Amino acid sequence: MEQKMEATRDGFGKGIVKAGENKNVVVLDADLAESTRSIKFQEKYPDRFFDMGIAEMDMIGTACGLAASGKIPFACSFAVFSTGRAYGAMSLAAISELNVKIVGSHAGIGTGEDGATHQSIEDISLTRTLPGMTVIQPCDSLEAEKATLALAKHKGIAYLRLTRSKLPIITKESDKFVIGKGVVMKKGKDVAIIATGALVHIALEAAQELKKNKIDASVINIHTIKPIDKQLIIQTAKETKAIVTSEDHSIIGGLGSTVAEILSENYPIKMKRIGINDKFGESGKPDEL
Amino acid sequence: MVDNELIQHLKNIAKEVRKDILTDTCKAQSGHPGGSLSATDIMVCLYFNKMRHNPKKPSDPNRGRFILSKGHAAPALYSCLARSGYFPIKELKTLRKLGSRLQGHPERTRLPGIEASTGPLGQGLSFANGVALAGKLDKKDYKVYCMIGDGESQEGMIWEAAMSSGHHKLDNLCVILDHNRLQIDGEVAKVKTIEPIADKFRAFNFHVIEIDGHDYHGILDALDQADKIKGKPTMIIAHTIKGKGVPYMENKAEWHGKACKPEELQKLCKEVC
Repeated sequence: MEQKMEATRDGFGKGIVKAGENKNVVVLDADLAESTRSIKFQEKYPDRFFDMGIAEMDMIGTACGLAASGKIPFACSFAVFSTGRAYGAMSLAAISELNVKIVGSHAGIGTGEDGATHQSIEDISLTRTLPGMTVIQPCDSLEAEKATLALAKHKGIAYLRLTRSKLPIITKESDKFVIGKGVVMKKGKDVAIIATGALVHIALEAAQELKKNKIDASVINIHTIKPIDKQLIIQTAKETKAIVTSEDHSIIGGLGSTVAEILSENYPIKMKRIGINDKFGESGKPDEL
Repeated sequence: MVDNELIQHLKNIAKEVRKDILTDTCKAQSGHPGGSLSATDIMVCLYFNKMRHNPKKPSDPNRGRFILSKGHAAPALYSCLARSGYFPIKELKTLRKLGSRLQGHPERTRLPGIEASTGPLGQGLSFANGVALAGKLDKKDYKVYCMIGDGESQEGMIWEAAMSSGHHKLDNLCVILDHNRLQIDGEVAKVKTIEPIADKFRAFNFHVIEIDGHDYHGILDALDQADKIKGKPTMIIAHTIKGKGVPYMENKAEWHGKACKPEELQKLCKEVC
């Protein structure tokens, strides 16, 4: 069966245009509107789109002022810039409890050819450590569209992590998206793979492979890394014998760390974190990397 | 023309604000008197004359906004807010104490009248731009005032923001530079000069006015002039004296972030001018 492929940034592009029906939604970008797909919003609502130029700190700071005036700003750039480059502005936005949505596309080594300087592998860690921050990473374009709409309604600071590469659509139109709720993609009893973003479809493929070896694996999609679905993670650990986490992010501070924090305090069980093992990426095709 | 009676009235308030700054930081045994005292006269002009605001409606969508980018001057801001009626004057003595709404640097979530949480320098001007852009989008006629410091202008984000203010022709924005010439490590000119500062802001498409930041005629005239400038933001470069009004503290970098001793307080308050 041929699967439809689309990047999560495309889902964001569709979602943000729909979210724009609310006149308070405004979008800022830092000279990457085409790449982040915020251009879709710009085309439809040019008056509510602000290209801040290559100035990410100023973009987040300006978003704060807009949010304090009743707007719902989405501030977009590559993940490496909208989070790390603008971290001081982001942490002040969090302290200020402002309704700012930070969008980071081109996250992870899946960004590919641009190389290590453009591959954000620490943005989940940076964002989730800030009090009050919601951190979301959708697993496909459809989920990204729903996440964008959910965030436009959600009150509070949030980070939306998106991919550059196309991913198979593995969720259904009818699936409900609820911030903070993990999704059981497949039930199994031997081992559970807890994955986020681009790694969810790969976890499903891995589960198929494991089946050949008579290993029955669960696959959990964690689209909301913060606030994480703690209950589902503990329950999954209780129902299986081991946990494997999988993410396109450093194993330090990302989904793997989050799950380890929960399990070590609540239900210690054998677990393995799969991700970037404390090193930087390099140029190459996403699949090769 | 501004009448002398009004100016005397504002000067009297400024005296009280300066005493508050000394007293509150003394009680906290920390805080930033120097840059609060240099900014006092301008803030008094805004809160007690120029700016449209109502302490009973701190969230009024049509209010004028004052964003204190140099957030360490919080003691001056808190005093102006309390004396305007945003909260009881007696609460000023809780400055920097555990559980107080008067945090070491201003926090918008804790105290009515605080527009922006500030303190990490360089960030308030971007915030002010956002508020000004929202004003344009919503076709509101409120004015946005933003005070920045001269040492603060060493932050790169100030220049990112200044470029945005000029680009978006934010004529509903009036920035005031509290140019007291001193920063923690000494003279701004020696640490890292920001001159020629007026030319820099002109080059960033600001209408620039230079004044003596302690001369009330000059301050009020400049604020009125800013209302008349169309198509570009205004920058008022206010030449000020760090520690102004407390002779013992004037022009001394050491009073940037140090409170007076309790035994000095009474004497210093008496000397306030």
